[in-house]
Amino acid sequence: MDVRAVARPHWLRIHQPLPPRARLTFGVLSFVVPLALWSLVSYAPFVWHPDVRITDPGAVSYLVVGSTLPRAAFASEVAAAKMQGERPPRGVAADPIYLPTPVQVLEAFYGAFTTPPPTRDGPRLEQSLWHSIQVIFWGYVISSIIGVPLGVLCGAYAPMARLSEPFIEFFRYLPAPAFGALAVAILGIYDGPKIAIIVIGTFFQQVLIIANTTRKLDPALLEAALTLGGRDRQLLTRVVVPGVLPDLYRDQRVLLGWAWTYLIVAELIGTTSGITWFITQQARYEHFANVYAAIAMIGIIGLGTDMLLAALGRRLFPWDRSLGRVTGR
Amino acid sequence: MIQAVSPARSMHGGQSAASAGELPSYREQTHEVRASFEKLRSRAVILNVTRLDKTFTGVRQAQTWALQDINFSTHRREFLCVVGPSGCGKSTLIRILAGLERPSAGQVLLEGSPVDGPGSDRGMVFQGYTLFPWLTVKRNVMFGPEVNGLGRSHAEREALKWLQLVGLEKFADAYPHQLSGGMKQRVAIVRALANRPRILLMDEPFGALDAQSRARMQAHLLEIWAKIDITIVFITHDLDEAILLADRILVLSAHPGRVQELIEVPVPRPRRLSQSITPQFLATKARLEELIYSEHTGGELEHLGADEPGAGQVE
Repeated sequence: MDVRAVARPHWLRIHQPLPPRARLTFGVLSFVVPLALWSLVSYAPFVWHPDVRITDPGAVSYLVVGSTLPRAAFASEVAAAKMQGERPPRGVAADPIYLPTPVQVLEAFYGAFTTPPPTRDGPRLEQSLWHSIQVIFWGYVISSIIGVPLGVLCGAYAPMARLSEPFIEFFRYLPAPAFGALAVAILGIYDGPKIAIIVIGTFFQQVLIIANTTRKLDPALLEAALTLGGRDRQLLTRVVVPGVLPDLYRDQRVLLGWAWTYLIVAELIGTTSGITWFITQQARYEHFANVYAAIAMIGIIGLGTDMLLAALGRRLFPWDRSLGRVTGR
Repeated sequence: MIQAVSPARSMHGGQSAASAGELPSYREQTHEVRASFEKLRSRAVILNVTRLDKTFTGVRQAQTWALQDINFSTHRREFLCVVGPSGCGKSTLIRILAGLERPSAGQVLLEGSPVDGPGSDRGMVFQGYTLFPWLTVKRNVMFGPEVNGLGRSHAEREALKWLQLVGLEKFADAYPHQLSGGMKQRVAIVRALANRPRILLMDEPFGALDAQSRARMQAHLLEIWAKIDITIVFITHDLDEAILLADRILVLSAHPGRVQELIEVPVPRPRRLSQSITPQFLATKARLEELIYSEHTGGELEHLGADEPGAGQVE
């Protein structure tokens, strides 16, 4: 046995799998480490804290308790007050208003669901979220209904690929939000253009990715099917499609993530709506904890959906042993 | 001439293996063996290959000959092995027989009608199993009958019958990844046979198996072959395997692939592994080695000799 193998765990070597306990530990750490860094920056005054939060405005008329200002400005106010023999303002080192602490965000997370919306007729957070999820869902579904079959056909038949892929390659470089104004002109100001942006952002990548995945089917399987008497249409439906299905499913999971990344831009088009409306509103009132909470919620929904889909995939494709490894979970 | 192989004679043959001079000619056949070959020749021709050429066009239109002027035929229920050095085009040959590749010239006739593309009248077993991973063992075997228009329940009955033949009925609902290599290859064989092809083409089917599974599969294949009416063309780089299995061995040369000799294996049937020390076996092997390795330099010969029983040689 290798001496080094005793000295350090084998999973430190290239391409070695982690034992289950270490997997869990590292998985938890991947969230704990950024959280710890955030806590350090936002709680320990000596780390950053570039601002001063006023605890006593002293004689400075424009300062109020609780407001913040940069250290340099605070220092000059103190110096000016002392020069004039007046009572200097006092304050504590603080983070800028846009960096809330983890606890504040956690409170905001809870509070966002329990407090009424800032305007009387405005939607509540869960309504905003639900609206966003619907926009994502329809954008993704419309893109997939056309994109997946087209991608499979492109991957299976060279004429299809040649007929569509050069144009799609061109189109995928066009930034989806560039079509925002056009989409509003055509589809109105409500959900239509938002869904369209997500479709434009997803569809073209989707066709190319699905086509490439389809091309990766082991040609030996097609040859085997041919020698068993399989004919063209049967090869497509009985070999190509089932053969690439687990990989297509994996692609679709990745693409769903991309659809989410187009959400914010899409929701700014026409009348701002959904989670984006919530975020912009909260930022306007400088409720940054709420902004972070809303952003975190998108992440949680995204990750949660993906984990659900991964679990579903393992049930749908029991023969595929590589499923669920897409993000190393 | 040797009338029959007595145990004592075969022992003697085994001991004298080192000195090839004492071996009988591989052309000597016992009465039984000769009679069986006469019987074989009297049967109908299943596959007839005439003047077959295959060239590949490489970079700058350079032509490489993979196969040149291949002629042979197989009779019904014959077991034909094809051996040859690496690069002799034996895989190309079997792919042409399967219809997966087109010959550059010449003709392949299956029971008198020309082969044009792949079809269910020729079953094929590949080295890499090629089972459909998304189908259970049973559904894999049903694939051929189903695409050829047999109803699902009928196909299922057929599949179970075939799985019984190879002792895998208990694994009917397992997925291929749950099977060992040997089991996978048994499924691949019955998947090809479920179409009731006229001929079974096997391209180094046991090349990826370890020595023990390989020996088991060889015995297994002979058993299946004895039970059903099937002609087999079997590609291998393992000379012992060829002698153990074949009625006749087609020896190809490399660059270009040409037929060197079509050897009638003088080892009587039923075949057993223990026959590999009989004089007929050793004489046949000596002849095969002579044919195949004479093309190579000494260094290469040693290298190939060492590789010989090894699995998974890249063609």
